[in-house]
Amino acid sequence: MAKRTGIEVSIAIAEAARQANVDVVSAYPITPQTHIVEHLAQLVADGDLDAEYITVESEHTAMSACVGASAAGARVFTSTSSQGLALMNEIVYLASSLRTPVVMALANRSLSGPISIWNDHSDVMNERDTGWISIFANNGQEAYDLTLMAFRIGEDRRVMLPVMINFDGFILTHVIEPMYIFDDEEIADFIPPYEPVCVLDTDNPITMGPVGVPDVYTEAKKQQEIAIRESRPIIEEVFEEFAQRYGRRYEPVETYKADDAEIVLLAQGSVIEAAEVAVDLLREQGRKVGAVELRLWRPFPFDALREVLCGTSIKQVVVLDRCISFGGPIGPVLSEVRSALYLEKDRPMVVGVVAGLGGRDISLEEYVEMFDVGEECLRTGKDSGEETDLVRIVGLRE
Amino acid sequence: MSVVQRPKEAYLSVFAYRMAPREEFFTRGHRACQGCGPALGLRHIMKAAGRDTIVVNATGCMEIISSPYPYTSWAVPWIHVAFENAAAVASGIDAAIKALQRKGRLPKKKINILALAGDGGTADIGLQALSGMLARGHNVTYICYDNEAYMNTGVQGSSATPFGASTTTTPAGRVSFGAGYWKKNVAAIAAAHDVPYVATACPSYPLDLIRKVRRSFELEGPAYIHLFAVCPTGWGTPPELTIRMGRLAVETGIFPLYEVEYGRYKLTIDFPQGLRPVEDYLKLQRRYRHLTPEIVQQIQERVTAEYERLKKMEKVTQE
Repeated sequence: MAKRTGIEVSIAIAEAARQANVDVVSAYPITPQTHIVEHLAQLVADGDLDAEYITVESEHTAMSACVGASAAGARVFTSTSSQGLALMNEIVYLASSLRTPVVMALANRSLSGPISIWNDHSDVMNERDTGWISIFANNGQEAYDLTLMAFRIGEDRRVMLPVMINFDGFILTHVIEPMYIFDDEEIADFIPPYEPVCVLDTDNPITMGPVGVPDVYTEAKKQQEIAIRESRPIIEEVFEEFAQRYGRRYEPVETYKADDAEIVLLAQGSVIEAAEVAVDLLREQGRKVGAVELRLWRPFPFDALREVLCGTSIKQVVVLDRCISFGGPIGPVLSEVRSALYLEKDRPMVVGVVAGLGGRDISLEEYVEMFDVGEECLRTGKDSGEETDLVRIVGLRE
Repeated sequence: MSVVQRPKEAYLSVFAYRMAPREEFFTRGHRACQGCGPALGLRHIMKAAGRDTIVVNATGCMEIISSPYPYTSWAVPWIHVAFENAAAVASGIDAAIKALQRKGRLPKKKINILALAGDGGTADIGLQALSGMLARGHNVTYICYDNEAYMNTGVQGSSATPFGASTTTTPAGRVSFGAGYWKKNVAAIAAAHDVPYVATACPSYPLDLIRKVRRSFELEGPAYIHLFAVCPTGWGTPPELTIRMGRLAVETGIFPLYEVEYGRYKLTIDFPQGLRPVEDYLKLQRRYRHLTPEIVQQIQERVTAEYERLKKMEKVTQE
């Protein structure tokens, strides 16, 4: 049985890749990077993981080599964050369009400039429309569990798509958490060996990545859209099997004390656990508040989100974005949540705040302030118009 | 001093088709221009590489002309990912094959991995990935087909464009004589990585090209072949002169054929009677027709000096 041990989250994620018995690891060390790849390199060096570790010369090559290795039939893993992901961007698109089920652990960190190695979500939001399955973890245990599940999801023959697991840089990656780490035999049959669908095989030659002339490009993109949309039930299937086997349940959208709440804070990542503390505090004061976690980012869980937010007690949603959509609709999460609810008749009002950029801590008082913003909107009945379109940054020094 | 053994003149000059493998793995029906040097070279490269080859093709002429979905000219597994990363994708394939063969999930047979890119995808945007692949020691043969500009997109200058050549981004004009820089020597850069094998080749010498490709796969570790690839469309030469243009480039010393095996330089073909003047080569091409005698003289001096340097390298490293 899994033992509960104190372990650095980065090490746990590397252990997940080892337990998945990856064949190829391709990672660049300075992105900024985490201990994930260092630990994997050590595992390979010690013979504890039978894999090829490619010491690539850039992030662009890291992802390119992942795509090549996956196309050759290997189970591949990489990890990155911020600038490194931005440099990879071109090939991130290609990994999904070539249907190579690469698994990427993404330690979410801010993008330059100014240069910042600290946590926010600007890196992953830049990759929003790359066609990857994108899932958020809010603590180390989730990051470990989801990394294991990522192989199952992405490599499923009905899916065949790359998967990125998001977890907050530093806040999660560099802390030691008490976690349940599986014994190897306990998890082994949860992740069967990878059986690729299309592979570069000299006995059965195929052409991968041909020219998409205007006659076929649109259809290729439609197929890709169908593939990611149809991955949704398989994601839930894997979540369910994991829950049945190991007792930890994951949902595309999760809630905390939202059942009778009037105002909820909706967010992604580690801030959710801090927000729950604020919810408890406000509940003690008699305020009907709750929290909603948007765990599954792509494919976007429209139905699950509507089920939680529409036709319920919730009258006001405060969306916390960890990234600014410059000159646009405040932040990407706000924009998506609003558009998901647009056609609903019985929907709550939605307002956005931005906080926690570039490693700025969010204090308990600031979470309370976010709920106050929601209350003010609810009181005035305004969730659109000039005032609410302003980027409201909580925790900004003025 | 040892006498350098060179292939027989007849071997280099004659192409008897029976001397090449019959099987085609880069097949007919592709959409290359008439007289395309890269496509001709590729046909022979694939004859040499054979059935058990995986090709990684960078974006460029050869990728575009050979894979307009749903058609393909490739009878071997082939992948195109992006422009600058053929070496990187090939690195991943090499790693995958090593891991999967070691773990018993792939049969243990020799698979040739061939990365293929043009001069833009090699000398410019792909240079970093190429360097990484060579430095890491992947078991990959990387072939740059050098047609001396970005031909697929409309003859824009690359860092492999020769001095004085007019391209759409290094145009000759009232105050310009075309490219004002000297061609980047990627074969020398590859050789500086101390890889087992570096060679230059030209489709005008097909049996030599086939031999060099085979040699690159025989040796364990990374190999780099720089293929001189005449482009009638971009250079403004008659398509029927492609073979002759390649010969002239070699005979003038503009593109010397040589190999570097484990650091030892060897000229494939030497001209003890002297090189032809560069003018013989330059004057047949539209891209050079604006050149003044002074510029031609500058090119001649450079070519002579470079050729002498190469011969010195051969002498020094063969001793």
